[in-house]
Amino acid sequence: MGSYVLRRVLQMIPVFFGTTLLIFLMVYTLPGDPVTALFGEKAADPAVVASIKHQYYLDQPVWKQYLHYMGNLFQGDFGTSFTGRPVSDIMANAFPVTIRLALLAFVFELVLGLALGLVSGLRRGSIQDTLVLVLTLVVISIPVFVLAYIAQTIFATNLGWVTPTVQDSRDLSQLILPAIVLGSLSLAYVARLTRTSIGENLRADYIRTAVAKGLPRRTIVSRHLLRNSLIPVVTFLGTDLGALMGGAIVTEGIFNVQGVGNVLYRAINQKEGPTVVGIVTVLVIVYLVASLLVDLLYAVLDPRIRYA
Amino acid sequence: MTTAVDSTRSKRDAPYEGPLLDVRDLHVEFVTRDGVAKAVNGVDYSVRAGETLAVLGESGSGKSVTAQAIMGILDMPPARIPRGEIRFRGRDMLKMGKEERRKIRGQEIAMIFQDALSSLNPVLSVGFQLGEMFRAHQGASRKEARDKAVELMDRVRIPAAKQRVNDYPHQFSGGMRQRIMIAMALALEPDLIIADEPTTALDVTVQAQVMDLLAELQAEYNMGLILITHDLGVVADVADKIAVMYAGRIVETAPVHELYARPAHPYTRGLLDSIPRLDQKGQELYAIKGLPPNLLRIPKGCAFNPRCPRAQDRCRAEVPELYPVTEDDGAPLAGRGSACFFWKETLHDR
Repeated sequence: MGSYVLRRVLQMIPVFFGTTLLIFLMVYTLPGDPVTALFGEKAADPAVVASIKHQYYLDQPVWKQYLHYMGNLFQGDFGTSFTGRPVSDIMANAFPVTIRLALLAFVFELVLGLALGLVSGLRRGSIQDTLVLVLTLVVISIPVFVLAYIAQTIFATNLGWVTPTVQDSRDLSQLILPAIVLGSLSLAYVARLTRTSIGENLRADYIRTAVAKGLPRRTIVSRHLLRNSLIPVVTFLGTDLGALMGGAIVTEGIFNVQGVGNVLYRAINQKEGPTVVGIVTVLVIVYLVASLLVDLLYAVLDPRIRYA
Repeated sequence: MTTAVDSTRSKRDAPYEGPLLDVRDLHVEFVTRDGVAKAVNGVDYSVRAGETLAVLGESGSGKSVTAQAIMGILDMPPARIPRGEIRFRGRDMLKMGKEERRKIRGQEIAMIFQDALSSLNPVLSVGFQLGEMFRAHQGASRKEARDKAVELMDRVRIPAAKQRVNDYPHQFSGGMRQRIMIAMALALEPDLIIADEPTTALDVTVQAQVMDLLAELQAEYNMGLILITHDLGVVADVADKIAVMYAGRIVETAPVHELYARPAHPYTRGLLDSIPRLDQKGQELYAIKGLPPNLLRIPKGCAFNPRCPRAQDRCRAEVPELYPVTEDDGAPLAGRGSACFFWKETLHDR
């Protein structure tokens, strides 16, 4: 087990270099000159542009820029944005907000998704089952931004329970509505995945054995059925946690949450290489760690899987 | 039967004279999209303590469905039991409540399934799955249950039981897994064990070991055993009597050796003739022509008539009941019956 974890961690190194290089090149090939763009409509003084370019290393060939960036990165310096703020500072502000948002959404989809999936999986063909199927289908077919606007209209404009957009991104209670919108799509998937998995395992031979042993139904469901049924769901949830962290651009934009998604969107627009690369790198690492945890949890849930 | 030692279960103190299990006119149907499939159409059989009944038949003959109905593990719906009685120690289980039924399962009637690998839960240790019997039915603690699991594994002769109790099903060989299934069925010393093709998934050498173990333990605990199989070779050594099923009905019953020596139903005849024999090397193997009937459309009259070499007009019109089989002089043959109008002719057919 230990050597497996070590190997997985070592595998992260090439992935880390690969992604940073890829993102770096992508930002570099974006059309337009970020420094000239800083001046907007005004004509820029060539001397000032050149000095800014020099300051940000933009007058160097791309491979030199990359080496310079990586060199700084290993000294803990994520670089500086064009506004003069250190990127690490920007990230330190944005990540806690996104983490909170993602965790709220995750808890929402986990608890409600599993519960709905369990109810409908155990009672296939019942009214509850049909209801879950229809509702999840609706959620899956509606784009997230439409869902966000509907939620805004109902809960902010009509009911007045919340403000349409988030006023203070550090306030957890204000993040609840965006989190529900963010988690709803995954919730639908979790519910359907759980339903299918429960339905399949319900017909398994070992469930028949458990019934033949004279176990009470409660024991059969909680001890025999649930654990086997959760294996595919856990995979989905694990990768989804990574996706929630980075995939909140639309939701964060609509609800004005000052998280990673918002910052990243602005940074891409302004071609701020250091910010984009910094954030994406952290997201990649989060994703890798999440999938490693999923694989380890796998072995806990299913003894047939052993890592050596 | 009056020992004070075994007083934990009161039913042991009350002697019961009749058969342990008595199935009467059992019907089981499955409601499917294409219609009602009649899987069991009036089965009667009984088992006494210490007795082994072998139920023989092809797939779809209703032998497993009957067993599942006795066990109470049919999925209802789609299955339903429109008629019949399943008396266990004189009481009709079909009239019992769910909870009463559940307490009988595992404790008084236990079942062994065909494929031990899929029938054991892959994510729980065998010790846990064995111990669960004691925890669910006797309220044993985790520790007690584990100790009893080790004892059970010793009983069915699994080597190094103590070291292996925490292993998972996939870590055992096929034969060892089936031993675990047997141990699980034996755990609470039930009165009746139903073994549904217990050796079909095993190697031939292991088959014999597992069968011997089962027979030995059955004798030791004086249990009734229903052995469901399609393998004539398996039953010969262990069974007392045989019931041959076809299309949801019993077509012949007989003490085991008489059935082999003188079958009284053309279907049984066909089954016996289709066993490969070493002294007939080079000859074509006999096979019963045609296919088992579709349970949605069972043929009119005797269900076997389209495949029967002896079929007459009468067979296509009337359903034969299970006639008692006698010698030519009318001397009764105990325990013999045949659902064929021409049992007499079949009996002489050699």
